[in-house]
Amino acid sequence: MNIEQLTLAELQQGLKDKRFSSLELTQSYLARIKDFDATINSFITVTDELALTAAKLADEQLAKGNTSPLTGIPLAHKDIFCTDGVKTSCASKMLDNFIAPYNATVIEKLNQQHSVMLGKTNMDEFAMGSSNENSFYGACKNPWEVSCVPGGSSGGSAAAVAAGFAPAATGTDTGGSIRQPAAFCGLTGLKPTYGVVSRYGMVAYASSLDQGGVITKNAEDAAIFLNAIAGFDAKDSTSVEKANEDYTRLLSASLQGKVIGLPEEYFSDQVDSAISQSIEAAKKVLEQQGVTFKSVNLKTTEQAISAYYIIAPSEASANLQRYDGVRYGYRCDNPKDLEDMFVRSRTEAFGEEVQRRILIGTYALSAGFYDAYYRKAQKIRRLIKEDFENAFAVCDFILAPTTPTPAFKIGANTKDPVAMYLEDIFTISVNLAGLPALSLPCGFKGNLPIGMQLIGKPFSEAELLQAAHQFQQATDWHTKTPVLTKA
Amino acid sequence: MSVQIDEIRKVAKLAKLSIDESQVSDVCDGFNQILGLVDKMQQCDTDNIKPLANPHDAKQRLRADEVTATNERDKLMQVAPETEDGLFLVPKVID
Repeated sequence: MNIEQLTLAELQQGLKDKRFSSLELTQSYLARIKDFDATINSFITVTDELALTAAKLADEQLAKGNTSPLTGIPLAHKDIFCTDGVKTSCASKMLDNFIAPYNATVIEKLNQQHSVMLGKTNMDEFAMGSSNENSFYGACKNPWEVSCVPGGSSGGSAAAVAAGFAPAATGTDTGGSIRQPAAFCGLTGLKPTYGVVSRYGMVAYASSLDQGGVITKNAEDAAIFLNAIAGFDAKDSTSVEKANEDYTRLLSASLQGKVIGLPEEYFSDQVDSAISQSIEAAKKVLEQQGVTFKSVNLKTTEQAISAYYIIAPSEASANLQRYDGVRYGYRCDNPKDLEDMFVRSRTEAFGEEVQRRILIGTYALSAGFYDAYYRKAQKIRRLIKEDFENAFAVCDFILAPTTPTPAFKIGANTKDPVAMYLEDIFTISVNLAGLPALSLPCGFKGNLPIGMQLIGKPFSEAELLQAAHQFQQATDWHTKTPVLTKA
Repeated sequence: MSVQIDEIRKVAKLAKLSIDESQVSDVCDGFNQILGLVDKMQQCDTDNIKPLANPHDAKQRLRADEVTATNERDKLMQVAPETEDGLFLVPKVID
């Protein structure tokens, strides 16, 4: 059994046909993690004992015929989702000792369906980063080329799926943190519309941008996985009150007559030529499926990154003020007074990038600067949303590169935060506008995967997944897997 | 806009962070690089544009004022650095 090749859909079928049990599956993934993750470093915590217990329970449910789509299927979760009784670190020294006392709604839903948690994946600390290098637990490596980053912040989730340690994984996306690692690792990554997946129990970075989603081998799996975690949640005040829908419902529908917008601002010289060529080839495939293309403008693209680096750090500085060494998380040794405890706990336990963003956010929100920064950024945010609305008046969805370049070398951007921020140029506008978007594989540059991005109208996940699935029926980029070597 | 070292110290104080003296000038340079990126916002004319806080322009949803949570004080306090008799312990504030 080559488990590293199997999709969620194939695993479902295999469990149903009793070709393997959940326990056998779980043992196979755990063995693979043990064999290869010393090199990749995609997991912060492997919950092997819990996984084996959950798998046995899932097998009992399967035997009784009490099955949900993900019953018995092993999954990995970004270490940003609270898991009752299991360390939830957010890849920070601040939460290295934090055993979550409750489950995030996403985890709760998956537990109710008797899916099996294999462990918690590596990430950039508090989801701040585009390379997974900002982790207290060390950088995660790209399984396609271990000298390269897997992307971030959900780098561990993407690396784990690419390496075949799990068939699918949860992620979160504040400015591209699902789509960019999915692109770098040759996977399908879906960031749903803001409010579709509950944020309850998902450690907050920038609350008006954060959205949970999935990283999978293909679009069909993304639809299956999204079905399991989406839906209104009264525990999240920004959860959207909407009837549940079946995200797989349009997968097999034809794309005939669809119009795809191509934003001029996203096809600039800064895009690596291998990426431009792959997207050109992808357009031909889509054209054969009956799609037509139309040029559109997203004129606020360049300012979006500026607005993002005010809004996200501002919200982060507010969200991260809770880490004070009082109720949970790291406390410094022998504080001499309350102030010393606050300052030393935070300074000793937050990493460099987190401190940088807290400082920027604190500055932007401080007296006298609010209008020039935060308010200005929020106004630009509305312009960005309007840009998309205007574009969607003439097209069904938008096609763009996910990233300007394929995965870069570990260490290449660590000395220059602004260069790192510019990696997110094609992904952040989507978060500011709250739209759904997915990245899917469309080629390679040498051994490194290339991703392209489809952006949709609010709540158009089913249509995006349809387009991605149809593309994947005509191409095989998403079926490629890297060859791993033992450490 | 750019900031001087004194301002960085002030911001750090507000954020309850301390910056080592040997690093303060590097932190200040990095900070100013980011402000340079952020200053591109000024290229956008935003007169008469309403700020957007929530992507769906959603209003804060309120729930009925009823007790729904169960008392989990003991469980929640297990992860606290220091507690005593159901209270969080911190360094002495008043002599």
